[in-house]
Amino acid sequence: MAILVFVESAEGKIKKTSLEAVAYAHGMGGSVTAIALGATDAVELEALGKYGAQKVLHVADEKLNQGIIQAYASVLSKAMQDENADVLVLAGSTLGTPVAARVAAKTGASLASNVVELPDTSSGFVVKRSIYTGKAFARVELNNAKKVIGIKKNAAEVKEVGSPVSTTPYSVSLADADFATRITSSEKATGEVLLPEANIVVSGGRGMKGPEHWPILEDLAHTLHAATGCSKPVSDMGWRPHHEHVGQTGVKVAPQLYIAIGISGAIQHLAGVNSSKCIVVINKDADAPFFKAADYGIVGDAFEVLPKLTAALKAAK
Amino acid sequence: MKILVCITHVPDTTSKINFTDNNTKFDPNGVQFIIGPYDDYALARAIEIKESSGATVTVLNVGLAETEPTIRKALAIGADDAVRVNADPTDSLFVATQIADHAKANNYDLILMGRESIDYNSGVVHGLVGEMLGMPSISPVMKLELEGTTAKLAREIEGGKEYLEVSLPFVAGCQEPIAEWKIPNMRGIMSARTKPLAVVEPKAVDSGVKLQKFELPPAKGAVKMIAADNVAELVTLLKNEAKVI
Repeated sequence: MAILVFVESAEGKIKKTSLEAVAYAHGMGGSVTAIALGATDAVELEALGKYGAQKVLHVADEKLNQGIIQAYASVLSKAMQDENADVLVLAGSTLGTPVAARVAAKTGASLASNVVELPDTSSGFVVKRSIYTGKAFARVELNNAKKVIGIKKNAAEVKEVGSPVSTTPYSVSLADADFATRITSSEKATGEVLLPEANIVVSGGRGMKGPEHWPILEDLAHTLHAATGCSKPVSDMGWRPHHEHVGQTGVKVAPQLYIAIGISGAIQHLAGVNSSKCIVVINKDADAPFFKAADYGIVGDAFEVLPKLTAALKAAK
Repeated sequence: MKILVCITHVPDTTSKINFTDNNTKFDPNGVQFIIGPYDDYALARAIEIKESSGATVTVLNVGLAETEPTIRKALAIGADDAVRVNADPTDSLFVATQIADHAKANNYDLILMGRESIDYNSGVVHGLVGEMLGMPSISPVMKLELEGTTAKLAREIEGGKEYLEVSLPFVAGCQEPIAEWKIPNMRGIMSARTKPLAVVEPKAVDSGVKLQKFELPPAKGAVKMIAADNVAELVTLLKNEAKVI
């Protein structure tokens, strides 16, 4: 089986979710070719070999420095053809998922997004997808010769399995129509751990009583190298930016550890966190519904518990 | 200006999910169905555009007769007419093919839908439709402003947003805060009863995707409570028991 993996980068560095896509492809067995588009750090590209890529293609076209959905889909479809790839694997990011759709339509591939574990190939090709916003799974047969698979965070564990490989330049001639969408500017949190990529997430709700109290939550997050998140009311009230809103209609996270502070646990919030491995709930209301979905709970005042927890974590390091 | 809004008919976000027939069918027992929350944002933005600069808004749903109350609700919110493609929406490619088939014959300037449905969560129908129609597709869209035949959009990216420009026509997968959800008023509800709702038969699709079965996640164990004055114990448990730090 020949597998092509689309890897995304941010500020030149390969995203962790894309490393998981390489690890996933490696786990499938067969030959693994990674492909990166636009400016990407050369050392980072070569290092993809360590995680399971046998070949790395780089399209160093500056027009691709920005993630334009149509152009990216054209490049990846052509690369699937040129590399005789049976499967395209990518991380289900805000860019990866829309791109996967167009690649599948172009190549006639069977398409599955939100895939949570390696395919079962004992009889055919069956993937397990997360559905109903994490409340259930579906096992789906992908029957076409070509397949496009978008994986959910934590579908594969990143491990060093090889050594760096040299990068092969690759180019595709693109049409003007591929650039019909023009990206004029972007704003992005820098220097922080990004919420969809984080292994640990510390989230605050209305119980934090106001944006001015976030520093104690940020101290905890910083100590854990965690990303910060929030509930829908907090983002609706403008206490925190929308990209931190975790929930049914916000970001769905799947970290190793999710710590919820002053969040009651409305179903719409739980839908965004139910793929977390371990959930800690800190709330002063012992009847908060979130405790039912938690692994560990503390009934207590956030303003007393948080500084103590931060101190205890620092002491345990 | 002609706008198509594609809506899904999905279980309310608070629904408990169960399956029947040896885990091959969704169990609708006791479940309330709603317009997909992301689709509701798309619809609200379409109605805002209609109110501010004039447009006709058509809603389309791929579903069996049971989805008609959901479609009528979209008409009550302000859509002008509706199309129901009479089929069970089995997979993304099937649904996208029905949307593209309808859109090809109707020359829409704008095709809006939610970023994803909240049942199958695929998040790919906008991209499939865009590719099938040879139009740009953009998702997840948080802001959409029209200036003549150009649209200015904001798209969510990990940890931020990017701003884009694109000419009509195009396909967008929408999410908050593109518009505020609209609640139908009594006049809307009354007029929705007589608005046109066409039922068309689906186009056959060989999508290469087949559901084997559904599964529920394993039941969650009981929560372990820790005293507020003993946070050190929590740190120990996270380290040695859960092994997550």
